[in-house]
Amino acid sequence: MNPPRASRLGLTLFVFYLLLYLGFVLIAAFSPSLMEWRPFDGLNLAILYGFGLIGIAILLALIYGAFTKTRLDDSVGDATRGPVTNPPRSASETPS
Amino acid sequence: MMHDVSPMAVAIFFLFVGGTVGLSFRLGRNAKSSAGYFAAHGQIPWFVNGIAFAGDYLSAASFLGICGMIAAYGYDGFLYSIGYLAGWIVALFVIAEPMKRLGKFTFADALDSRFDSRGIKLAAGISTLAVSIFYLIPQMVGAGVLIQPLLGFPHWVGVLLVGVTVILIVVTAGMVSTTWVQFIKGSLLVIFSLILTILVLARGLSVPGGQSVPGVEGHSDLDRGAAWETIGPLSADEWSRTTQIDGRSILPDEDGWDRKRWVRLQSMPEGNASQQPGASPGGGGFTPFEVVTLDSSQVLLREAQAVTRRADGSELINGWVKGRGENQRLLRPVGHLSRLPEGQTSTGPLGPLEYLRVLQDSEVVLWGSHPIKHSDGSVTTIHYQRPTDGSRVLRPGEHPTFAGIRSGQTIDRIEFLSLMMALFCGTASLPHILIRYYTVKDESSARKSTIVGITSIGLFYVLTLYLGLGAMTSGALDVQDTNMAAPLLARSISPLLFAIISAIAFTTVLGTVSGLILASSGAVAHDLLAGFFGVRLSSDRQVRVAKLAAVVVGAIAILLGIAFQKMNVTFLVGWAFSIAASANLPALVMLLFWSGTTRQGIIASVIVGMSSSLIWILLSGDTYQKVYGWPAEDAWPPFSQPGIVTIPLSFVTLVIVSWLTKTRGETSGWSAAE
Repeated sequence: MNPPRASRLGLTLFVFYLLLYLGFVLIAAFSPSLMEWRPFDGLNLAILYGFGLIGIAILLALIYGAFTKTRLDDSVGDATRGPVTNPPRSASETPS
Repeated sequence: MMHDVSPMAVAIFFLFVGGTVGLSFRLGRNAKSSAGYFAAHGQIPWFVNGIAFAGDYLSAASFLGICGMIAAYGYDGFLYSIGYLAGWIVALFVIAEPMKRLGKFTFADALDSRFDSRGIKLAAGISTLAVSIFYLIPQMVGAGVLIQPLLGFPHWVGVLLVGVTVILIVVTAGMVSTTWVQFIKGSLLVIFSLILTILVLARGLSVPGGQSVPGVEGHSDLDRGAAWETIGPLSADEWSRTTQIDGRSILPDEDGWDRKRWVRLQSMPEGNASQQPGASPGGGGFTPFEVVTLDSSQVLLREAQAVTRRADGSELINGWVKGRGENQRLLRPVGHLSRLPEGQTSTGPLGPLEYLRVLQDSEVVLWGSHPIKHSDGSVTTIHYQRPTDGSRVLRPGEHPTFAGIRSGQTIDRIEFLSLMMALFCGTASLPHILIRYYTVKDESSARKSTIVGITSIGLFYVLTLYLGLGAMTSGALDVQDTNMAAPLLARSISPLLFAIISAIAFTTVLGTVSGLILASSGAVAHDLLAGFFGVRLSSDRQVRVAKLAAVVVGAIAILLGIAFQKMNVTFLVGWAFSIAASANLPALVMLLFWSGTTRQGIIASVIVGMSSSLIWILLSGDTYQKVYGWPAEDAWPPFSQPGIVTIPLSFVTLVIVSWLTKTRGETSGWSAAE
């Protein structure tokens, strides 16, 4: 059996978000005055980037959910994973 | 600050808590076996589990601590919101599904899935206990903070009440009721925060007393602090000679007071009471003012508040005995705007983005504090006004912890990066979050509930910014306690809302504490006792041991909650995240992504990550200053947040130890392990 991993899509989205977060943290740490810049609609970068990070996290989660639904749901009942649904009592009694 | 106790608030509060405990008793009947106690039989629907994630995660720290920090310093509190949410991305994309696939009841199960090693169970069990206890402290502190204004009990009663209630919940029911309690709380928290935010936006922004001084243009900006008195500007020359202002004599510089910075105007006692016990010489108290030097020739006196804590622990407010009676004083609530853009006095309802735009161009009065030590051992803390541009409030760097990023010193920048890194890596390593992956039936449900969790938590964090900023300008804040910002904001709108918000916040504490105690009891009964010591217990006995462990951990949490009363809860949570991220994340990630990981590598990584971050925190400047009361400069680590050093250290340890132990015939392939 292969090592249990997250999907390739998951990792791609993860790296994307990691870079975005890193950008925010680095600006705050090394060029804090840039956070006062108002690039759009009279709002400063701190607000736009901060809200952006929250909004994009939600968006990526939803994208991930939508794209993996069909592919992963097929394998949910896969016997190789063992009886995950309602494990028999004996399994839970044996200290591992 | 002292608060009035309203019977309605008390009634609503007990309704909530009673309902929660009642629910837990009802659901608890189904949780007799260990599968039921630790993992709710894996039968929780994914949507419920997702909201329960939010309930677990949006703890007292998120709700009280972040709102309080935003209310006191602006954007800096929001940095925590951003970091906490970003951590969920790690949980969703990297940890969620493998975690569900590998484990059964606890985080140690997952780490140990390939090896069946007692050492791993021991290390993971201990790290679960360490993180849980550190995370428990701020929750308990939050409970004490809430109970005081709501029911009028002292801090320790609040902590005790939470401790006992939670032990009751955990012991009677385990994961089933903990989950449902979290679901209800998570929903209520998000819904009522939304309502509160809408009310804040509908109230808009206003300058108090703005209308009452029309036409006064000269020094209007500073004068509009309305209820707060401003004297001057006075010429510096005149100021240096004057001994009396408006018939109030200036109390002499003595015992630590220095007229260059602070000055006291005498205020006479009411009625015919003469000398108050402990009051300043001459009877009565005083009104403290900050002496603001405008330029070399002019000074301005701006009203402040002074709290003197005497050696016996009693407090004087502005030199008066603390209380409501004649010749007694209480601290006044604070939080107002001193200027709106274009000289407006009130904006009326604002849209969410407009609210931020207007605030950005306004001036807000924040509060600073300054201690004055006296010869008899008492200490006066002066709380003074700090008029601050809105543009500074809406950018990072006002809070002392974050101010370093503007100091230009590399070490302060590294500390900031370290904190943001710990928040990012910490979420996916918190034991009470990880055990929630075992309450759903499969990986798909684990993923879906994480998505529901992220969505509701993200929405909530956006709301925290408005709640914090709303509180900042509500005129209801307590200068001594930032943790109360959100409930006090609610009270400035309506007493009913205050009761509901406080009750929700309190039940939030209950839920999070239950989750943590459950995780700890699982670590003791399942990982340590059964896993490490090999004690063979029947399912029933294992549950009984876990319940006993819950009582012990609960008792420890109560004691620590009382000991750490004075600290901002968000700050404390930062520590728990650092320890979790250093101890758990490297092992978890490497196990999933590197087939060369060995048993010894995992054990070493958990132990090194946990002990290095723990030692770093215990020796840090913040702990020296705020916990032991020693000077921060004596501390050994160069900065207080350990993450940036200890997380990589834990990774490196794992890789090196794995390389060294690989040749001894340790199974490295997956095929052999399963």
